[in-house]
Amino acid sequence: MLGLEKKDFRLLLIVIGLTMFAPFILNPFPEGSEMAQFNAGYPDLMQRFVIFGIFAIGFNILFGLTGYLSFGHAAFLGVGSYAAVWMFKLLSMNVLPAIILSVIIAGLFSLIIGFISLRRSGIYFSILTLAFAQMSFALAYSVLTPITGGETGLQLALDDPRILGVSQTESGNIPVPALFGLEMRSSYELELGAWLFTFNAGYYLAAFFMILSFYLAIRIFRSPFGMMLRAIKSNQTRMSYTGLNAKPYTLAAFVISGMYAGLAGGLMASMDPLAGAERMQWTASGEVVLMTILGGAGTLIGPVLGAGMIKYFENIFSKINETILHGWFAFLPDGLENFVVALIYPFIGKGWHLTLGIVFMLVVIFLPGGLVQGGQKIMGLFRRKKPEPTKPNATEPAE
Amino acid sequence: MDQFILQILNGLDKGSAYALIALGLTLIFGTLGVVNFAHGALFMLGAFVAVTLSNVLTLSHKVVDETRTDFLGNPMQVDVPYVHDWFGVTAGNAIIDWAVPLAILVAIPIMVLIGFAMERGLIKHFYKRPHADQILVTFGLAIVIQEIVKYFYGANPIPTPAPDAFVGSFDFGVAFGFDPNAIIYPYWRLVYFFFAITIIGAVFAFLQFTTFGMVVRAGMADRETVGILGIDIDRRFTIMFGIAAAVAGLAGVMYAPISSPNYHMGMDFLVLSFVVVVVGGMGSLPGAVAAGFLLGILESFASIPAVIDLLPGINQVIIYLVAIIILLTRPRGLMGRKGVMEE
Amino acid sequence: MGILEVKGINKRFGGLQALGDVNLSVAENTTHAIIGPNGAGKSTLLNVLVGKLIPDSGSVMFDGQSVLGRKPHEINQMGISRVFQTPEIFSDLSVFENVMIPCFAKRDGAFRMHAIESIFAERGIQEQAEAILEDVNMLEKKDMIASSLSRGDKRRLEMAMCLVQDPKLLLLDEPTAGMARADTENTINLLKEIRQKRGITMAIIEHDMNVVFSLAERITVLAQGTPLVEDTPDNIKGHPKVREAYLGEAQV
Repeated sequence: MLGLEKKDFRLLLIVIGLTMFAPFILNPFPEGSEMAQFNAGYPDLMQRFVIFGIFAIGFNILFGLTGYLSFGHAAFLGVGSYAAVWMFKLLSMNVLPAIILSVIIAGLFSLIIGFISLRRSGIYFSILTLAFAQMSFALAYSVLTPITGGETGLQLALDDPRILGVSQTESGNIPVPALFGLEMRSSYELELGAWLFTFNAGYYLAAFFMILSFYLAIRIFRSPFGMMLRAIKSNQTRMSYTGLNAKPYTLAAFVISGMYAGLAGGLMASMDPLAGAERMQWTASGEVVLMTILGGAGTLIGPVLGAGMIKYFENIFSKINETILHGWFAFLPDGLENFVVALIYPFIGKGWHLTLGIVFMLVVIFLPGGLVQGGQKIMGLFRRKKPEPTKPNATEPAE
Repeated sequence: MDQFILQILNGLDKGSAYALIALGLTLIFGTLGVVNFAHGALFMLGAFVAVTLSNVLTLSHKVVDETRTDFLGNPMQVDVPYVHDWFGVTAGNAIIDWAVPLAILVAIPIMVLIGFAMERGLIKHFYKRPHADQILVTFGLAIVIQEIVKYFYGANPIPTPAPDAFVGSFDFGVAFGFDPNAIIYPYWRLVYFFFAITIIGAVFAFLQFTTFGMVVRAGMADRETVGILGIDIDRRFTIMFGIAAAVAGLAGVMYAPISSPNYHMGMDFLVLSFVVVVVGGMGSLPGAVAAGFLLGILESFASIPAVIDLLPGINQVIIYLVAIIILLTRPRGLMGRKGVMEE
Repeated sequence: MGILEVKGINKRFGGLQALGDVNLSVAENTTHAIIGPNGAGKSTLLNVLVGKLIPDSGSVMFDGQSVLGRKPHEINQMGISRVFQTPEIFSDLSVFENVMIPCFAKRDGAFRMHAIESIFAERGIQEQAEAILEDVNMLEKKDMIASSLSRGDKRRLEMAMCLVQDPKLLLLDEPTAGMARADTENTINLLKEIRQKRGITMAIIEHDMNVVFSLAERITVLAQGTPLVEDTPDNIKGHPKVREAYLGEAQV
């Protein structure tokens, strides 16, 4: 179906199902209940899930397939955001041209940076991308303020031209991003008993793009091109002695992943029409590295899972505070309760970064295939009582 | 001319920090072949050793001071640091005042031990893994170290003053026959520069004149051959990791008065230090040091208002720009050796 | 006029003359061995032929075109394939993928943006890949990951990857280095078979005289970077200069 093998098509269907029903799946707890704070089904967060999913899927096409570790991908996301906001300022509030432009601009930008950075490989490549991204960040923050809005970020104003739209609405406000009149922020709320589900237009637009991105990623993974990219990761010497020029292949992968980042940036601006330089900072690039590897670099679904997990932790897990913890362990005797809470507290709530760092290290050390590989191992455990011998293609942890 | 000297001086303290961190990075990379993204975290830990020591030294207990009363007329309780009890008020105050330099003594064993633990516990298992994996796992480690520090010390920078003797600035202008106040330079930064030179000199002397250093240098040049000679190079490399950690830690200790330590200062320096290492040439110790000072000074020249007027934003990007140009034209860096990470 | 014509190649590394005025002509449809003691410049010569090294002077013509200054992948596209001393294969990929890649390289050239087509739809390529695996008796291993193959199988896989491109010239760099006796015999037989069945011109660099004399139709002896003699195996066997060169090595 759709040019996919059966297994891949099933995976695509699962992803479609999950994203379409996300407002239900992510809101399992009744409104007002104690557990409601763990509901992630609100538009803002759901949008972030899918947008960062796109970012990570794209990053995985570069890192997962070719093994080139870029530490500067956030620059493309940032550029995409700026491009989209400029489209809102100059052309109209329709998100479609904005998103298209952000993909194009990010693609061009990544073509330039990729062309230069790919003249080196290994750690030099990582540092070149890092240097370029930090440079873009520094420039966006200072000299390029007329284009980027500098420290305050790029925002819409009442006197923007918007030649195909209106500068201001009749009530004198800045118009909001919309898809042919469908406002991105508009939501439909469904109340079912104690449960409340929110269906947000912006989320569904972003989800549509994520499914499209995911579908394209499957096609790329299963294409001769994708095979060449894996060959580059495996053995560049053999690659060139087989008559293949690795450079255009890697550059193409770099630009494709840059365009994915641009798409994510454009969508981000479409949900909330402003763009700031901090989106380009290297820590933001580090985040997408974390997502991809946590989920499973080189796997199809891994990056999406990784992105979802990190964003869930960042927004939900981080809210758990000491009081809530005490509530949970109230059944324990007082002394023990305090002890357990003191033991757990550093790792959750505001300390979730610590947990993230530890989990990330464990994944790099023991599970180079990320959570997806971990899941497969557990599945294997259940299926035949014995773990499946690890596939020899997965890099074995040393010792 | 005075502007010129001033900018060179201004570049020295940052350059010193770059050089020290880059030196440690290069030691680790050159000996163990590991790209250590957690090296900045070691620098930060050093700074927090200084913070901790000054906290510890000011640990106090309440004492009732009969000569003073609070607003209710009761005798007032005052905090008396334990060091006052032990060494007397004058000596105690001096100890508190000199917390940062004293922290050097504490930091050396702590940082060496941390270095050993890191190498034996984690890095050792990554010698044969791809560089990307090394970057990733040490990146993860850096996050963990940062977050632990953040948990104990909070997210805000903690001012950690230099000893009173070094507060204030030295008027270079007068010393060199320029107008007074034309070139003034804080004493502590001068101390930092000389401190960095001493450490760098010590590391080089150690590598140059001791048998241990000779073996390590031979190992850096050609690990396999040295291994064949039956020399236990691994144990020596572990020790080198400890030394590199100590160098980073000391750089951090002494940097605490220059910039109040916060938990992410390591990462901020790390990115630039990597650039420094690459510019100097991966695996070249003199290259790392030279590039550290060079880039520090370049950065300070790029911050001259006249230069910024000419090339807006140049101060923000100069280091990266130099790195990009060097990497593309001289892939081995300024002083890099052939064959280091060329594949 | 041979398919490969090397004329007056010189290459210095610092003060060391690695190749001095090397002339070599490999005739079409023969197996040509290049032998010589260690440090004779065999590997340097090979690296010049595949574009990894650029000589200081001289010319290398392949099939009427100059090879010099071209990148390895361009030279491969001209029709020169190379087998390495230790097999260079895509060890993270399956055996089948390993042989599909050269098929694509042969059909589509050095780069083609076929990012949307599915591998599974490439019937022609798959048939080609299966056929070559059949030829080297590895079809039943096609789904194995290449890194898990035995040493001998890796060698055969690499050979298959080169053969599937149907090269005009196959360069072999010590194809039996470090092999056990039985494996060496197998490799000799495999190469003989390739030679007979496919009529591919081969240039072999080899240490093992047994291999050389059972395969080669012409032999060039290199010593200290210059060709000593070029002749048929029978004439080479008793050649005094050759003995001298090898004895010289033994004494060092």
